[in-house]
Amino acid sequence: MPTLGADMTRGTLVEWHVKPGDAVAKGQVVCTVETDKGAVEVECWEPGTVARLVAEPMQSLEVGAPLAFLAQGGETVADVAKATERMAAPAPSAAAAQPAVTPAPAPAPPSAPPPPEAHVRASPAARRRAEELGIALATVAQRKPGHAVSIADVERAAAERTAAPSSAPSSAPSSAGAPAAAASIPADRQVAMRHAIASAMARSKREIPHYYLGTEILLERASAWLETRNAGVGVADRVLLAAVQVKAVARAVHETPELNGFYRDGTFIPGSGVHVGIAVALRGGGLIAPALHEADTLPLAELMRRMADLIERARRERLRGAELTDATITITNLGDLGVETVFGVISPPQVALVGFGRVVRKPAVVGDAVVAARVVHATLSADHRVSDGMRGARFLAALDRLLQSPEALA
Amino acid sequence: MPTREEVRQAVFDAIRSVAPETDTATLRGDRPLREQVEIDSFDFMRMLVFLHERLGVDVPEGAYGQLATVEATVDYLLGRLTAG
Repeated sequence: MPTLGADMTRGTLVEWHVKPGDAVAKGQVVCTVETDKGAVEVECWEPGTVARLVAEPMQSLEVGAPLAFLAQGGETVADVAKATERMAAPAPSAAAAQPAVTPAPAPAPPSAPPPPEAHVRASPAARRRAEELGIALATVAQRKPGHAVSIADVERAAAERTAAPSSAPSSAPSSAGAPAAAASIPADRQVAMRHAIASAMARSKREIPHYYLGTEILLERASAWLETRNAGVGVADRVLLAAVQVKAVARAVHETPELNGFYRDGTFIPGSGVHVGIAVALRGGGLIAPALHEADTLPLAELMRRMADLIERARRERLRGAELTDATITITNLGDLGVETVFGVISPPQVALVGFGRVVRKPAVVGDAVVAARVVHATLSADHRVSDGMRGARFLAALDRLLQSPEALA
Repeated sequence: MPTREEVRQAVFDAIRSVAPETDTATLRGDRPLREQVEIDSFDFMRMLVFLHERLGVDVPEGAYGQLATVEATVDYLLGRLTAG
């Protein structure tokens, strides 16, 4: 059971999209999991052949519990199925097979491991995982004398711990798990989502010392350039200003990389790539900010297509697990709702959020003349533990400069 | 050549394609659509793609301002369909 958000502790398997014997590729959607933020499609992290499905539909599992086992390399499905059967026993031998659907790659190691377990040999990632899952490292280590505890060992221990109490599948949920076409989120899910948002935002305001900056950016050039571009193409191929803004933000963080990444265990971890979280308001309430991967390198037309697809899938609860966890910076755009300025709350463990308001026509000074021009308020909320106002200001200046040369963002 | 009622139905279907919770029977055709239904610029674009597929009318960006209400949208689409 992968973690599909900073505060997720459990997830419910809704359905499998694969069966034993199926070959799966890295990145393939293998199952749907229900979380507080709705149903999510979970991708496989490694290629292989499905050997055994462990989780049953409608079973609620703790994060880290195995969902399935894969046969990899020279392993046969039968061997792995047999080997992993033993893993359900109280004292398993170390099996060759790895949990197939593993959580997102562990973040960089904490600089100071927790003292109580310090005498146990374990990888930093395993320590962190053990802490998250509430597993005593010492008990895991006892099973493998002379070996360092790996993250897989910890997860195995956690899985066994949860296997017993949750073996009885929970009764069928009131709402069907697999969502149909675009529809409003059911009321009980809305309550859960409200709860998830409350928890993440309270954590943000408790832990992150925000600083806020804002500036007005002239959009006359960008808007005119976009109009010319869009005039030549059909409606399906037009690009919205929101997509241009995303591309500009993704490029601007190249100049201030300390705004793009995560803050974990007292350390800033720069993002590997610029994955822009797009805040999407859901019908009937709630909010989710899935990641648009590598937004800085996508050609604008492709970025627009993916952004539209991401928003639609967010509303239909068809997001992928990686999209829920990978965002390295978030953009919220309330322009359609009429507000001019938004000072957002950072989504932990990210360290910055960029806000755009409505594009308005205003008197603006261009050269020495006052002209009617389209402008937008851009804001930055950033984590003061990682960056300072000077750097934030530099980011907004870069954003402004990039938006004055829209053709370079194509 | 579709009738006015058929064009209006296409507009309703387009609205429901992006905002399925909408009860189109209660929509005020003479009031701005965005005041009655939660539609953002991405939804609006999807509606236009839907209408293009249904009616064959590709609304240029410059005409978006003429589509504020349901009835104005019907007028515009009928005008385009009549013009051939």
